[in-house]
Amino acid sequence: MDLNFTKADQDFRNEVREFIEENFSSEINAGQNIEKYHEVTSDQMKEGILSWHKTLYKKGWIAPHWPVEYGGIDWSITQRYIWDQECANAGTTPLIPFGLTMLGPVIIAFGNDHQKDWVLKGILSGDDWWCQGYSEPGAGSDLASLRTKAERDGDHYVVNGHKIWTTLAQYADWMFCLVRTSNEGKPQEGISFLLIDMNTPGIEVKPIITVDGGHEVNEVFLEDVRVPVENLVGEENMGWTIAKFLLGNERTGIAGVARSKKAIDKLKDIANSELNNGEPLMKDSSFNKKITELEVDLTALEYTELRTLAKESQGQGPGVESSILKIKGTEIQQKISELTLEAIGNYASPYITPLSVRNFGSNYLEVGPEHTQGVSQNYFGMRKTSIYGGSNEIQRNIIAKMVLGL
Amino acid sequence: MDFSFSEEQTLLRNTIQSFIQDNYDFDKRREIIQSEEGMSKDNWKQLAELGLLGVPFSENDGGLEFSSVETMIVAEEFGKGLVVEPYIQTVVTCGGFLRRASEAQRQEHLPRLISGDEIWAFAYAEPQGRFNLADIKVSASKSGDDYTLNGDKCVVSAAPWAQKLIVSARTSGDQSDKEGISLFIVDKANDGVSTRDYKTVDGSMASEVSFENVKLNSSSLIGEEGNAHALIELVADETIAALCAEAIGAMSVLNETTVEYCKTRKQFGQPIGKFQVLQHRMVDMFMQYEQSVSMTYMVNLKLEEEDIERSKAASGAKVQICNAAKFIGQSAVQLHGGMGMTDELNVGHYFKRLSMIETQLGNADHHLKKYSLAS
Repeated sequence: MDLNFTKADQDFRNEVREFIEENFSSEINAGQNIEKYHEVTSDQMKEGILSWHKTLYKKGWIAPHWPVEYGGIDWSITQRYIWDQECANAGTTPLIPFGLTMLGPVIIAFGNDHQKDWVLKGILSGDDWWCQGYSEPGAGSDLASLRTKAERDGDHYVVNGHKIWTTLAQYADWMFCLVRTSNEGKPQEGISFLLIDMNTPGIEVKPIITVDGGHEVNEVFLEDVRVPVENLVGEENMGWTIAKFLLGNERTGIAGVARSKKAIDKLKDIANSELNNGEPLMKDSSFNKKITELEVDLTALEYTELRTLAKESQGQGPGVESSILKIKGTEIQQKISELTLEAIGNYASPYITPLSVRNFGSNYLEVGPEHTQGVSQNYFGMRKTSIYGGSNEIQRNIIAKMVLGL
Repeated sequence: MDFSFSEEQTLLRNTIQSFIQDNYDFDKRREIIQSEEGMSKDNWKQLAELGLLGVPFSENDGGLEFSSVETMIVAEEFGKGLVVEPYIQTVVTCGGFLRRASEAQRQEHLPRLISGDEIWAFAYAEPQGRFNLADIKVSASKSGDDYTLNGDKCVVSAAPWAQKLIVSARTSGDQSDKEGISLFIVDKANDGVSTRDYKTVDGSMASEVSFENVKLNSSSLIGEEGNAHALIELVADETIAALCAEAIGAMSVLNETTVEYCKTRKQFGQPIGKFQVLQHRMVDMFMQYEQSVSMTYMVNLKLEEEDIERSKAASGAKVQICNAAKFIGQSAVQLHGGMGMTDELNVGHYFKRLSMIETQLGNADHHLKKYSLAS
């Protein structure tokens, strides 16, 4: 047992830190801190979100977790962890995970040579924006009950159905999509994994405005959408296997420890500048206690993540531990947003118009101190984290079944 | 001991329920809050015609002379309908000050308040003051019979709609002294009053209000100079009692909606309400609601008691309501899944209103301390 990073790891940390300092600026990489967002067009927004992606692509650091032969880097798991940590510390624009984290590994594991070529290239360069066509109105936690069907017609599948909660589909060029190709056997046995060009006739993307006023998720309607058979990944009816593989990857890194640490630092700054009976709120014993408890909780999660990581670097893949990381990670993120809302007191109330896309920028209306901007929206928006990616109830079921054998 | 409502009180409740049914379904509310005005003047007129704007005032002043229980009923029903029209701000809070004002002030102002011609807002919060009602920098300096008002108030609920403001200001003493605080009636159209209006999270509106050398004569002073703190505490407690009632109204809708959703939403071949983990969560929501109803009745029945007893009742109730508002709001969204996150469903809107009630006039921490100090 050893809690220290090696000299080589520390050198690596210095190297990546320097690179981020030299290459990331929140102004240039405008995905964050976009002031006057209401003046930004959709194309500019997309470009802003992608600009850090493109910087990393040029450097060759866009997909460290992929095998080298497909454009990845042979960083150790510890190095990848350090990289994520440094990015979070610097507050870099979050990379869009649909291609890099979700679809990429799927194609590497299940795709044919042709798919490996065009799909991976487009993901790495950022030229193809992918979205995830999984949930349906009747298939949320119970994903296997999905009904969007794909029927074979010559060299094409004809797809009809309705997807929901499709994150950032408004920017997407492509969607990877779970479709029903058979009604025989168990529901899981008749699902296939298709790649669908969002420009195909018959696709309509309809925005869903959320409680925080943001437009991040969408409904996607598919009516007689013709998809070439060569866009099937793996074999017909093996979509569930692929989906499970993908969800495992989705949860890796979901703990968000480094970003939560940043958010707690910010919370402390706010609590130091907000006054309570003439003293900084941070000196208020009950508020201080809540922040301290949160920090301890986060430290525990950090070491749980490190233990998972250590196991992973010894070749044991992320198993059900990822459910712990998801539950605790999202609960902590929500608690931070809750305490931040509490910290700003009366300024919880002003509402900024529904033009902001959380994490990717917001429209600032100058009411109250700067640190109060967007805090309410963030609190309401963060409620989704315990719902998405397999709700926290489902995650607990997984642990009960797979770990405790209940 | 009797917690039942009289026939008249039930009738009052029915009147409000049918007002909300006719004028305030979710789509109509959406239209109202998205309009530039942000509230419905027609609704306000109707509330006046129904006599509701006169609930707490004496018959001499043109009111109905009802007790706090009637105010509680009105607020609870408004909570169910998520009504944005500023009833509590105008009638309960500012009305609370005015019904204790001088005969001349009551005669001058109450008729126009009760008839719905004037909306009132209470400007008390200041950026440095958080929830401390005595932490006041806005100053009113006296020369001769007149006062000059200077300083900034923040997040003044309903101020964009108001014609008149009641402002707490310091006439003597240091920034947080309880002595030296006075209350003034300020016409928003006065020279030197400027506002910055904005929408709030819960679909209402508020303003940042600045006073720059605003001239007031002594007839604007409510009560004695420098002695307003006790009255502010009293009216704040009455407002808290009404906010608690509004909150239980909102909670009851969230609980019903959530239970109904879990009975109809099917996953894994059965209604999700069959899953025990969700059942227990809904039971906890229900218990939080019942505890909140109890505290709301308690505080509304104790508003006439001595200062300390009343203040403890208000703080205790507010603590319960804050905790329940958070738990029920968050749970309702969680149990609705993605649907709970949408602007389209009413769930998020109730959650947002409840979250703002948590902050208004002090959150759970604030009132827990206040309660403990009073004990």
